[in-house]
Amino acid sequence: MVKNIIDVRNLSKSFDISSKKPGLKGTIKHFFRRQTKSLKVIKDISFEIKEGEIVGFLGANGAGKTTILKMLCGLIYPSKGSISVSGYLPFRRRENFLKNITLIMGQKQQLIWDLPPIESFYLNASIYDLDKFEAKKRIKKLSEMLEIDDELFIPVRKLSLGQRMKSELLAALIHEPNILFLDEPTLGLDINAQRNLRKFLKKYNKETNATICLTSHYMKDITSLCKRVICVHEGAISYDGKLDLLLKKLSPVKEILIVCRSEEDAIKLENYGFTVKNKNKNELTIKIENNSITSSLKTILNNFDIEDLFINEPPIDEIIGKVLIKKDYDI
Amino acid sequence: MNLRKYLKVYKKFLHTSLASELEYKANILVDLITAILSLVGSIFLLSIFFQNNGYIGGWKFEQALIIQAIYTILNGITNTWFNPNLTEIVKHIREGTLDFVLLKPIDSQFFISLKKINPSGFLEIMLGFFLLLFCIKINQINLSLSFLSLSLITISCSICILYSLWFFISTTTIWFVKTWNAIEVLRSFLYIGRFPLNSFSFSLRLFFSIFIPIAFITTIPSEVFLGLSQLWKILLEVIVASVFLVTSRKFWLFALKFYSSASS
Repeated sequence: MVKNIIDVRNLSKSFDISSKKPGLKGTIKHFFRRQTKSLKVIKDISFEIKEGEIVGFLGANGAGKTTILKMLCGLIYPSKGSISVSGYLPFRRRENFLKNITLIMGQKQQLIWDLPPIESFYLNASIYDLDKFEAKKRIKKLSEMLEIDDELFIPVRKLSLGQRMKSELLAALIHEPNILFLDEPTLGLDINAQRNLRKFLKKYNKETNATICLTSHYMKDITSLCKRVICVHEGAISYDGKLDLLLKKLSPVKEILIVCRSEEDAIKLENYGFTVKNKNKNELTIKIENNSITSSLKTILNNFDIEDLFINEPPIDEIIGKVLIKKDYDI
Repeated sequence: MNLRKYLKVYKKFLHTSLASELEYKANILVDLITAILSLVGSIFLLSIFFQNNGYIGGWKFEQALIIQAIYTILNGITNTWFNPNLTEIVKHIREGTLDFVLLKPIDSQFFISLKKINPSGFLEIMLGFFLLLFCIKINQINLSLSFLSLSLITISCSICILYSLWFFISTTTIWFVKTWNAIEVLRSFLYIGRFPLNSFSFSLRLFFSIFIPIAFITTIPSEVFLGLSQLWKILLEVIVASVFLVTSRKFWLFALKFYSSASS
């Protein structure tokens, strides 16, 4: 049985946030008497993650995804509740715990700006107490997986965003962590760079059985990497489960565009009893529930003269968009 | 603590920051020229103060030069290590890049205090030493083992006090986010360290001894060089330095509990 590597129980986090009214009067008032209020950004959440799992955290901006990741890796102290990551209390930041994890943030960088990435890799290798031979071996292996070679010797400031992100990944993985916290790793990357990064993460997970916790606003990252998602809405978990179940729940019907050989057939099909969305001469779009697609298609192909047929998946962004604004999904 | 690992990491810090700085040759050259001009200007200013009066606060010009030499060494250390690293703490906290430091299996205070060096500060340290050697000659100071050990102890204590003060202020960034001004005020106070403590009024002496112990930083080591120091003063400096160092360490660890990281 696969063991739980992350265990979160009744976790809450509050921050003191100051607010300021607009205008000069508001600024002066804010300077002398700052009004702060305690804002509960994470509300009593519980979940566990198994070793080797890739879990996507979904939620609107400010929902609390990054705060959860930062508490899991020990950067922020929780206000309430308990967290266990790999058997450690993250916020104690014990050396052995830190050697097991890594955090990659798409909008922040740790590479030394004026030097080639290779210098940062060797610096990190010394921090993780790796000898030169081992560091060299790991850099070679990871650079092959990430398909970067010449870029290792070019100053970071001269690299493209995609090349920089790959180098950031290499710097963050040189110690071969078994838990990866990725906060929007594909942010700002072009489509090819995004695809390469996803390919790499998949491969890394397969080869090392590393656990990956990922937040991203690019749905392609989530759909191609994560079987399980945790949806966060205003600091609380609104859904925790399989991604395909969520998609089925949110989009119970599929649209099928059918091109009939004649207009007569189209009329016959229109009156057969399917839910018709629209009809145009010999073409019509019908809606079929996910669980009866096979039987419905069989009926259509057996009883009508069909020239062509297209099954349209509803756009994933649209479906996930519903998740971001809904409070609870009971599946 | 694994000392071998820390030495290895520090060697890497030296290598990477030197390599980074050497990317900008012109900047290094300007820094070097500034260091030389700054020392010449300071000595010139000091000589003006002594022009009409042979003594200030009971110190001759040749003796006051020792303070200038120690100040130059300390300023060199400030520019080599403290300035590039400790001012960066504010940036780390504001931009949230302290996250990367805190997640490394290495002491975070060690990392943020020593990661960078500014090579041009070395020149100031060397100039300060040359000036000190010159002062030893003109003040006819006898070099003995006890003298050398006491000088080393007092200068080391001065470095600790200076570092702790600076680090303490930078740490408050975790709550106040921006503390550039406080650091600038500290730097301005340090200029006072170029003059003998006795040249100030009693109330100012008290202020610079108790609240902001600038007096300890240059005056006590200088007194050691001139054979004017008293044992209680040296002991007091050691105690002050130890208290400052330990307090700044504890304060940093305490402050980290309030670190909320920057939003993404």
